[in-house]
Amino acid sequence: MGKILGLLLGVLAIATVYMFLSRDWFPEVISEHGPALDAQFQRTLYVVGIAFTLAQLALGYAVFRFGRRGKERAVYTHGSNKLEATWTLITAAVFITLAFLGQQVWARMHLEKAPDNAVKINMVAQQFQFNFHYPGADKEFGRTEARFISDDSLNYVGLDLENDPKAADDIQTTTMVIPVNRPVEVTLRSKDVIHNFFVPQLRFKQDAVPGMAIKIHFTATKTGKYEVVCAELCGQLHYNMRTAVIVVDQEEYDALSEMTKDAFTTRLGELRGSFGIVQAQ
Amino acid sequence: MAEVIHPAHGEVHRHEPPSGFIRKYIFSIDHKVIGIQYYFLALFSVFLGMGLSVLMRLQLGWPTEQFGFLKVLFPNAAENGMITPEMYLSLVTMHGTIMVFFVLTTAPQGGFGNYFLPIQIGAADMAFPVLNMLSFWVTFLALVAMIFAIYASVFDPTAAVGVVGPIGGWTGYAPLSALGEVAGPGQGTAVVFWVTSIALFCIASLLGALNFITTMLNMRTRGMSLMRLPLSCWGWFTTAVLALLSFPVLLAAGVLLLLDHLAGTSFFIPGGEYVNGKLIDRSGGSPILWQHLFWFFGHPEVYIAILPGMGLASHILGTFARKPVFGYRAMVYAIFAIGLLGFFVWGHHMFISGMSPYTSIAFSLITLTIGVPSAIKTFNWLGTLWGGQIRFSSPMLFAIGFVSLFVSGGITGLFLGQTSIDLHLHDTYFVVGHFHLIMGVAAIFGIFMGTYFWFPKMFGRMMHEGMAKIHFWLTFIGVNAIFIPMHVFGMAGMPRRYSSHYGLIYLGDVAHMNQYVSYAAFATAAAQLIFLFNLFWSMWKGKKAEDNPWEATHLEWTIPSPPPHDNFAGVEPVVHRGPYEFSVPGAKEDYIMQTDPDETVKSHGD
Repeated sequence: MGKILGLLLGVLAIATVYMFLSRDWFPEVISEHGPALDAQFQRTLYVVGIAFTLAQLALGYAVFRFGRRGKERAVYTHGSNKLEATWTLITAAVFITLAFLGQQVWARMHLEKAPDNAVKINMVAQQFQFNFHYPGADKEFGRTEARFISDDSLNYVGLDLENDPKAADDIQTTTMVIPVNRPVEVTLRSKDVIHNFFVPQLRFKQDAVPGMAIKIHFTATKTGKYEVVCAELCGQLHYNMRTAVIVVDQEEYDALSEMTKDAFTTRLGELRGSFGIVQAQ
Repeated sequence: MAEVIHPAHGEVHRHEPPSGFIRKYIFSIDHKVIGIQYYFLALFSVFLGMGLSVLMRLQLGWPTEQFGFLKVLFPNAAENGMITPEMYLSLVTMHGTIMVFFVLTTAPQGGFGNYFLPIQIGAADMAFPVLNMLSFWVTFLALVAMIFAIYASVFDPTAAVGVVGPIGGWTGYAPLSALGEVAGPGQGTAVVFWVTSIALFCIASLLGALNFITTMLNMRTRGMSLMRLPLSCWGWFTTAVLALLSFPVLLAAGVLLLLDHLAGTSFFIPGGEYVNGKLIDRSGGSPILWQHLFWFFGHPEVYIAILPGMGLASHILGTFARKPVFGYRAMVYAIFAIGLLGFFVWGHHMFISGMSPYTSIAFSLITLTIGVPSAIKTFNWLGTLWGGQIRFSSPMLFAIGFVSLFVSGGITGLFLGQTSIDLHLHDTYFVVGHFHLIMGVAAIFGIFMGTYFWFPKMFGRMMHEGMAKIHFWLTFIGVNAIFIPMHVFGMAGMPRRYSSHYGLIYLGDVAHMNQYVSYAAFATAAAQLIFLFNLFWSMWKGKKAEDNPWEATHLEWTIPSPPPHDNFAGVEPVVHRGPYEFSVPGAKEDYIMQTDPDETVKSHGD
């Protein structure tokens, strides 16, 4: 029994490691910070992989080796303070090093402000749709307030269309469009419950919380159309709350940001059609 | 101390046990009966929770197929034989809530802890027997309320057809959970029942925790010093301390949520809400507040589920390796360290919630240090096995499985605890795999090992060892096949709480791998019927158990199986040595009972 269990533990450990390494499970990475996040994952994977394999194999070996052997007595020991101190210090050193390394990408994304040249976009999430709000040709966002929201007249973000002249040319769309290789600052809001802005290829996710305006920033490094999904349970159709972010080159983006509402919508429709959603590898 | 021979049972009693059926089996104040009541409550719940998960796996593997039997079982929620998205979320919610509260919190602590803590410390009962009875019956009421939540839509004329309960997940994030039916199906009456159930459960756990702490500190028999306690007792004690400090916070949160529903308050509802085409006239609340309160309880809860298993694993590894537990004191300190640190890491559930990013860093750093005492436990378990004479009886198999699962499930916390990596992995299947291994199946393995280990004492008969072993092999391989692949799904970015992943293009073929996991889940679930059959079959048909079938050293093995009403028949046991005196050189047997007064054999803890 012990021999089989020992072998099984070894097989399980190797099979697990194999599964992790058998292919690159991550989606393609298309953000500036993404490769650093993936590298930190890899570093952690090495540490964890080694610790995991050693622990499982040691357990497997002990089970394999120390099965009952006739009338023989077990080793009588109550432990060793030296061993306790050794493994405590080693694991503490490794784990705390990982802990500090693990803050770097986070610090870059969340403690640093968005660069000055960042493109600013507002997002207002609702059950079960993402609304992106662009300032239009005047480059200034119109005022928004909850009491102006009207899903029926397609004023999803609540622009004050009657009193605020800056609101007139503002664009509301359910598809996101951003320029490539240029920082983007998105202000996340929610109208109703907590939603989440998650783009797997960007390696970024952030909750959109009602009552809060949360600023995030990132830089996409590759043009294409990518899925935006909600990653915070928001109700019945949560699984279906998704849209696309279209990453376009700078000229295209500049042209878009000069356009009127109608021209913008038409062009966005063309762009949506011209990029197929990027497939998994 | 007057001893009375009870002729009918041939047992020795100091005072008569209650004779009426109701006082003996229903409203009993005997900790052993209450322990068994808790155990059966958890047993009912675990099969209910598992049934829900089987339906979830069916949906995830074949979201577009129609199943005739679903139409029969759920004429409203699956009218064309397909599970609706809201029914799926209801399954998620009820599976999580039932498993966390009524299984993982109930069986290890309320079940085994109740039955064996007093016996292991040499007491006749818990410190407050009536309080103990109340704890159980309030837990029972909580379960009834939870089951009502499933059927709430039946009683609620405003509820949408097709819902079978609340759909906000076991974490019940506000404001989704606070707004009522306007936020969608399952958010009205169902949430009221759900949160009432949780509040009742909090009260019951509080009463239980008080009782455990008092019992262990005050009721130890002569000679049972703290460092002579079996490690299982330290597991239950630390769990009780965690429960005492964390459940009141959840209770407060639950009451506030209930007030948001019933009294028109806005603790968790911010101003300017526009929900489902309606402007909501509420203001001043904070959705983040709910998360802080919930996780201030929720993280210690993970340890409430797992610490009894950790104590018991140590206990069983020593007993069946025929070796003293390696580093007993280090084990006790590590349990304390895990319990203490467990209170300062709740924010790692909230890195992406919108709280201050500096706070996230603080939580992240503390989170990774919690790996240190966890590693200490693992090393000491290995040290306990090393050089042993291992007997591979069923409790031991599950204890070894526990160590393996604890490593697999715990070590992935090193990924999730890092703020940077969490940007990608948060709310993906990586998290689902991680917490199911560590908090779910490792804790369940704790329950299995407790069952196989203590069944002979509780019911006076042995469980069938052959069935137990088959159960182990199928379950151990099965849970690995279910939960290890979920990690790589998470790396691919698969979000959790989706009733179908097939629409997500970036997942590619990974979405379809859900089917393999589902097959593994069906097989593993089926294997649990072997356990269920063995349990009941052995109660009547099992081989008669001796007083000490495992040749263990602890007080519960000095008394008859099953024990008499007041455990030690009025004789206060006296403890002479430490809990794990196995293979002592020069001793006649390879184990020395804690009560063995023999002065000629020198052993640890004398």
